[in-house]
Amino acid sequence: MKIKKIGSMILATAVVASMFVGCGSNNNNTSQTENNTSVQGTVATDGSTSMDKVIGALGESFENENSGVTFTYNPTGSGSGIKAVTEGRCDIGLSSRALKDSEKETGLEETTLAYDGIAVIVNKENSVEDLDIETIAKIYKGEIKNWKELGGNDSEIVVIGREAGSGTRDGFEEITKTKDSCTYRQELTSTGDVITTVSSNPGAIGYASLASVKDTVKAIKVGGVTPSEETVKDGSYKIQRPFMLITKKDTQLSPVAQKFFEYVTSEKASEVIYGAGVVPAN
Amino acid sequence: MKKKQLVENIIHGVFLILGLITVGCVLLITVYLVISGIPAIMEIGFNDFIFGKTWASTAAQPQYGILPFILTSIYGTAGAIAIGVPIGFLCSVYLSKMAKPKFKAIMESAVSLLAGIPSVIYGLVGMLVLVPAIRELFDIPDGASLFAAIIVLAIMILPSIIKVSMTALDAVPKEYEDASLALGATDVETYFKISVPAAKSGIAAAVVLGVGRAIGEAMAVMMVSGNAPNMPELFQSVRFLTTAVASEMAYSSGLQQQALFSIALVLFLFIMLINATLNFFLKREKGE
Repeated sequence: MKIKKIGSMILATAVVASMFVGCGSNNNNTSQTENNTSVQGTVATDGSTSMDKVIGALGESFENENSGVTFTYNPTGSGSGIKAVTEGRCDIGLSSRALKDSEKETGLEETTLAYDGIAVIVNKENSVEDLDIETIAKIYKGEIKNWKELGGNDSEIVVIGREAGSGTRDGFEEITKTKDSCTYRQELTSTGDVITTVSSNPGAIGYASLASVKDTVKAIKVGGVTPSEETVKDGSYKIQRPFMLITKKDTQLSPVAQKFFEYVTSEKASEVIYGAGVVPAN
Repeated sequence: MKKKQLVENIIHGVFLILGLITVGCVLLITVYLVISGIPAIMEIGFNDFIFGKTWASTAAQPQYGILPFILTSIYGTAGAIAIGVPIGFLCSVYLSKMAKPKFKAIMESAVSLLAGIPSVIYGLVGMLVLVPAIRELFDIPDGASLFAAIIVLAIMILPSIIKVSMTALDAVPKEYEDASLALGATDVETYFKISVPAAKSGIAAAVVLGVGRAIGEAMAVMMVSGNAPNMPELFQSVRFLTTAVASEMAYSSGLQQQALFSIALVLFLFIMLINATLNFFLKREKGE
């Protein structure tokens, strides 16, 4: 009986120890020689939840082209991703906003991967089709409270937004010049939550990454321009923001991460980026 | 003999270490929370932090008042208790004293199942069913509100209240009830005048346990309460202490993040208080 107990204890210790070994192996690829065409190892990315779709597609195509390479993506949010790079917990951080000055001072560098339009979404039953940025700003500031003022049904406008610190919220409020003055009815913590909530409330208005908008809601025109890849790329659709890759300025990426970085910023990757519904920067 | 003693000692040591890991975790969390929670309170000012009515953590002029969160947590928990305790208490009296054994077995497994449902499921059902229903029923623009959170919390605390009260009621000596019945009291009189008073410490413990569960819940209320940092109103979108930490942590930095730790510290103190109350009731029950 006793021996059994001790045995299981040793087993448990071994399992825990092996987990730690598993974690450590991420960094073992530095022994590879550079410029080696068949690199191996893991590329760890961490950050913006808005970049889920595009970075997932890029990771998948990168894995397909390079056997023996593992790609990981940890959807934690722009702030966490930037922090993870600083602390060396991942190779490349993903941010859907430009770095703050305080973050640049810690030795970080940003590279624009793509541009993402932020769609303004309403419920499908809503008859409003087109608003300009000023009107959207007034809605979010609480100056326009009813859809009938905009030619819609007589129902109160329910303003849905994201939580403080979210890249989408930051981008949206900056473009519409509503920073610190929005009166949100709901502050939700993910793009999916915003879309679900707007789709289930006829009076709701929200904003979400254009790439994530589904048929369950209606993306309205902004100043007469339909949100689409073309209008984001030519700049005529005004509510858009950058998707950034965050790296350390002085530290060399591991060979496999370097290769991934070169791949996603190359023209070869632009098709994949288009496929994910955003507009490549290169 | 000596060898046997040695093995005993080793095993004793190993178990002691494993036991200390738990204590160590509690200590580590406490120390960490205090260390990381105090600086922001100092910087913001105790009064501005605890009694400030505005939370605007990312504004150009950031304000870190958590009174809305504290009041929301208190009101939300009180509301959940007000709805959940009568239902849970009467349910446990029924199950413990009146229900037929077969029915009792079915009901008990249903209650256990309710306890086993992950909180995200409560939140999901609340978000997709309860919130639109509240919007239609009360004819308000949006159903995500303190009221929705109270309903979800009331359902979530039912299992703990029912189970703990049932254990207390089952433990009432049969002689008490027999004596009451022999003196001519009816069944119902016996249950409410003899059994319930005899089990009151256990029932009080059940209520406190429910309070603890309600005040600590984050996931489910985050999905139904709307999360805007308003002062609490029944049909307004509100933010709890737990959801204040959970919703902003992912993107926070600097003082904002430190302030979130401070909120966690306040929440931690609340939970400690509740645990102390719980221990008080449980000890008293043992003492009787």
